[in-house]
Amino acid sequence: MKPETDIGTPDLDPRRYWPLLRYLDKAGAAIAPLPDGLDDRDILVSLYRAMVTTRTFDQKAVSLQRTGRLGTYASSLGQEAVSVGVGASMHKHDVLLPAFRDHGTMLWRGVTMTEILQYWSGDERGCDFAGPREDFPVAIPVASQATHAVGVAMAFQLRKEPRVAVCIVGDGATSKGDFYEAINACGVWKLPAVFVINNNQWAISEPTRMQTATPTLAQKAVAAGIAGSRVDGNDVVAVHDVVSRALDEARRGRPQLVEALTYRLGDHTTADDARRYRDDAEVSARWQEEPILRLRNYLVGRDWWGKADEEALIREVRAEVDRAAEAYLALPPQEPTAIFDYLHETLPPSLAGQRRMVEDGDG
Amino acid sequence: MAEITLVEAVAMAQVRAMQDDPTVLVLGEDVGRDGGVFRATDGLLERFGPERVIDTPLAEGLIAGMSVGLAAQGFRPVAEIQFMGFVYPAIDQIVNHASRLRNRTRGRLSCPMVLRMPMGTGIKAPEHHSESMEAMFAHVPGLRVVIPSSPMRAYGLLLAAIRDPDPVIFLEPTRIYRAVREEVEDHGEAAELDRCFVLREGGDITLVTWGAMTRETLAAADALAEEGIHAEVIDVATIKPLDEDTILQSVGKTGRCVIVHEAALTGGFGGEIAARLADRGLLSLTAPVRRVAGWDTVMPLPRMEDLYLPSVARILKAARETVSYQ
Repeated sequence: MKPETDIGTPDLDPRRYWPLLRYLDKAGAAIAPLPDGLDDRDILVSLYRAMVTTRTFDQKAVSLQRTGRLGTYASSLGQEAVSVGVGASMHKHDVLLPAFRDHGTMLWRGVTMTEILQYWSGDERGCDFAGPREDFPVAIPVASQATHAVGVAMAFQLRKEPRVAVCIVGDGATSKGDFYEAINACGVWKLPAVFVINNNQWAISEPTRMQTATPTLAQKAVAAGIAGSRVDGNDVVAVHDVVSRALDEARRGRPQLVEALTYRLGDHTTADDARRYRDDAEVSARWQEEPILRLRNYLVGRDWWGKADEEALIREVRAEVDRAAEAYLALPPQEPTAIFDYLHETLPPSLAGQRRMVEDGDG
Repeated sequence: MAEITLVEAVAMAQVRAMQDDPTVLVLGEDVGRDGGVFRATDGLLERFGPERVIDTPLAEGLIAGMSVGLAAQGFRPVAEIQFMGFVYPAIDQIVNHASRLRNRTRGRLSCPMVLRMPMGTGIKAPEHHSESMEAMFAHVPGLRVVIPSSPMRAYGLLLAAIRDPDPVIFLEPTRIYRAVREEVEDHGEAAELDRCFVLREGGDITLVTWGAMTRETLAAADALAEEGIHAEVIDVATIKPLDEDTILQSVGKTGRCVIVHEAALTGGFGGEIAARLADRGLLSLTAPVRRVAGWDTVMPLPRMEDLYLPSVARILKAARETVSYQ
């Protein structure tokens, strides 16, 4: 018996099914009326300030690394709109499960600059956030935090709490089984979870086309039976709008996948040299559409921002970052025995002996 | 008080823990309607409902990872991995996250989860269903690795594992899931973790073992007694963290030690115990420490698995040689 139809190529035309939502064009001009509530000077300036803060913080962290005062660091240069947009969309009682480049989200959530520096300097106390106590520390193994988000979202569902687990992953993470296992399970259980793919188009040296044959990453949601959408990740207004709506949906038991299309302007980490695998021409073209400039152009166009505002902001943010760096550099080291003290709630006797050796300097 | 099997004791402990503590959840593949492929979660779904007994998609990484998320949120997930040979996709979650969450957040978040799984050979199961990889988990800082050897200890140790504030790998020897029946009182009392159990006292030689191999080891001790050799038999029970004092004390008395385990010899946990004896008990030893273990081969398919498993005869041979060592 002959099959009735041939096996064809999948018809998932990104233009038809996965439109890229955007409010500000690459130059910062509005191409559509801004969404309700976001066309407001105070809100837009707060987003702008957070992006500038994130970039200034990144620059400081990189310079601390270059001068031997910080360990390997992953900058979020160029991706500030995704990071800040996600943070600004979350409610305080939601829980963030970040990847290792989401400093802007973490800062918005209340993690301090000092704590982030402390973590990247190799001090675990940097993950003991004074701020969002239930947020997860960054996950270094790619995509592994996605399954944690399933458990967190299930906890919210079981307790009937109107909270959302927000998990950020990179484009490379979508190649991993953990990512699919997580979105699949959220679909099965209709969990209050939002997965944001921070698609910066490069997983170290591998471009997105080496991660997937699909034209978009948002369409990965189809196989999981959840909703997917795409947003211009360099337009913080669009990120805020799309992720806020995704969170609202997730709160009603409809898990969401959002692909935010952005670009990593910097190296993968301070240990990487992106010039080995990436053309300068590509990078300089991307500087023309970066998120901070884009929002500033919009604000200036509305007469909501001027030279004096900019200078004052830079001054304030630099002072804030410098204070955080000084606080970080002045932190006393952990006691050597601290390496034992958080392994278990109570130290087992067999480890107590090893701890004593460290205490006695016999290590 | 009824005589029950080890797997029934596992089920009983889970019922008790769920009754006592509403934050205890059971999850895994087939744990609900089916009651687990070994029936270790039998009856739980009817009793506690689908919000607390959760059939998961077939994804081990997910099971371990979502347990980390649930645990960090204050639940106490008791997750089942259907067979130890299928735990490998979950290793990333166990090693990189479950075992480290408390440490990396300096205690802000913790991970009170239990990962249960059947281990070991002896039930003629297909390929990949019969390995004993306990040493792999024992090597991971921050994990407890517990292996019960009887229905009573399965009940008490599982209760202890569920109530423990940190992650516990709970390995259930399939070979003795139903081989032994024992009276187990459902008293709700946990057994002590991180402690070896002395199953039999004796002054001539110490036999150290755990899990299903306690059966062959006890049988060997019986046979040795008939020859006038009195063996002390120690069930390690929690292999990590190791209660080395109980083992050292026994060897201090007997001067001789044979370690018996089903897992492959090289890199097996018996090597760790032998090293501790060399480190802290050397002067009380009157003979070299011997290990009777599985061969360094792939676990053979069922037709040859008996060849792999340490036999009573092999234990006896090692014990006799150790006792007669000059």
